Amino acid sequence: MEATFYLSAAVAVAATLMVVTRASAVHALLYLIVSLLAVAVVFFVLGAPFVAALEVIIYAGAIMVLFVFVIMMLNLGNAAAVKEREWLRPGMWMGPAILSALLLAELIYILVGNEGAAIAGRAAVDSREVGITLFGPYLLGVELASLLLLAGLVGACHLGWHTESAWSSHSESLSDSHGHEHG
Amino acid sequence: MSESARIWANLILILAAVFAFSALLSWIERRLLGVWQDRYGPNRVGPFGILQIVADSIKLLTKEDWVPPFADKAVFVLAPTIVAVTALLAFAVVPIAPDIGVVDLNIGLLFFLAMSSLGVYSVVLGGWASNNKYSLLGGFRAAAQMLSYEVFMGLALMGVVMLAGSFNLRDIVAAQENLWFCVPQILGLATFTVAGIAEARRLPFDLPESENELVAGFHTEYSSMKFGLFFIGEYVGITLISAMIVTLFFGGWLGPLLPPLVWFLLKTFIVIACFVLLRAALPRPRYDQLMAYGWKVMLPLTLVNLLITGAVVLSAA
Repeated sequence: MEATFYLSAAVAVAATLMVVTRASAVHALLYLIVSLLAVAVVFFVLGAPFVAALEVIIYAGAIMVLFVFVIMMLNLGNAAAVKEREWLRPGMWMGPAILSALLLAELIYILVGNEGAAIAGRAAVDSREVGITLFGPYLLGVELASLLLLAGLVGACHLGWHTESAWSSHSESLSDSHGHEHG
Repeated sequence: MSESARIWANLILILAAVFAFSALLSWIERRLLGVWQDRYGPNRVGPFGILQIVADSIKLLTKEDWVPPFADKAVFVLAPTIVAVTALLAFAVVPIAPDIGVVDLNIGLLFFLAMSSLGVYSVVLGGWASNNKYSLLGGFRAAAQMLSYEVFMGLALMGVVMLAGSFNLRDIVAAQENLWFCVPQILGLATFTVAGIAEARRLPFDLPESENELVAGFHTEYSSMKFGLFFIGEYVGITLISAMIVTLFFGGWLGPLLPPLVWFLLKTFIVIACFVLLRAALPRPRYDQLMAYGWKVMLPLTLVNLLITGAVVLSAA
C-alpha cells in the first residue's frame, strides 16, 4: 500500500513538472490529466475512495475536457510553441522556483517533525460520511460555493444570450457595410 | 492460492469474452440490420457469414498502418488506445453473476462514470492530433456532445443509488430482488439510455463521425489497426452500456429458473439488439437539436426524477 502511494505521488510530481515545461499547450494539458489521475490514486490509497472517484469524474473527466476543447479551438500552431520556448528562460522561472522551493522545504520540515503520522492504513471514508460532513459542519461553505457557481452560470447565460432583434440588427449592419463597400 | 487463481481466471475469461463478443457484435449488428432492412447482410464467409469477422480482422491487420506526416505523432498513437482501455477497465466493476466479476469495488458506479468520462479524450485527441479540419470538427462535436450528455448520465443514476443506498453494483443488484429498478426509476432508465447511446456515439448521436458531412469525423486519418481500436472500442462501449443498463435497471443476474450467468447474457443481448434497432430506425438529428435536447429536455427530466425519488425515499424512511 505504501509503495503505491509513493509511486503515484512520484508520477504526480513528475507529470506536474512536465506540465510546466512543455511548450505545446495540448501536451501540457495531457500531463496535467496524468497528474490529476495520479492524485486520485493518492486519495484512494489514503482511504478516500469517494473523493478519488470525484477527482477523476470532475477534474480529469469534465474540467480538463473543457480546457482541451478551448485549446483545440484556438488551434495554436508551431509559432505558439516557439514563443512558449522563448518565454521559458531562467529569468522567467527563477523567481517562482525559489518561492516554491521555500514552500517545499517548509513542508518537508513539518513532515519530518511529525514522524508519528502514518501514511496509509486509515479506515476508508465512504460517501455517506463525506455527505454528512459536507451538509453538517461545512454547510455554509457548500452554500457559498453553490452561490459562486450560480453567479458564473448567470454570467455565462447573459453572455450567450442574444435576442432576436439584436441578432437581426447585427446581420443588417453587416449587410450594410457590405453594400457600402461595393457601392 | 486458490482464491488468487479464481480471480485471475475471472479476469482473463472476462477479458477474452468481452473482446470476442465485441468482435462478434460487428457481425451480429450487420445481420440484424439486414433482417430489419429486408436483406441478407454478410452471409458468404463461413456458416451464416459468421467468419466475416475473421476476414475483417485479417484485412484490418494487413492494411498499411499510416501516420500522416502533419499529425502530432505521440498523441495520434495514444488516442485510439484510450477508448479501448477505459471501456475495458470499466468492465472490471460489472457484476456478471454472483461469483463472476473482476473486482467488488464499493464505489463501482462512480468508477464506471469516471472511466466513461475519460473515454472522451480518445475521440477529442484523435480529432485534434490528426491535424485535419474534418477530424477537428468531429473532435469538437465529440467534446461538446459527450460532456453535455455526461452531466445527466451521472444524475440519472443517482435515483438508483438513493433506492439501493449504495454505489456498489453488487448491492444495487441485490436491492432489486423484489422489484427491478426499471419500474420505480422509469425516468432514470429513459435518460440513462439516451445518455448511454450518446456516450457510445451510436447512430442517432454519431455526430462526431457523421460521414455525410465530415468524411469520417474524428477518425478520418486513421487506418489499419489504429482505426480497428476505435472500432473495437465502440463495440466494447455498446456492450458496456448494455451491461450497465441490465445491472442498474433490469436486475442484473436475477431471474427465475435459468442460471444467473445465462440471465445476465440474455438481458444484455436484448438491450444490445434494441441499440441496433435504434440505429436502423432513427435519423441523425442536427447538431443544435442534439444540444438543445440534452440540456433543455433530458437534464430537467433527470432533476425531476431526483426530486420525486428523494421525496419518496424521505417519506418512506
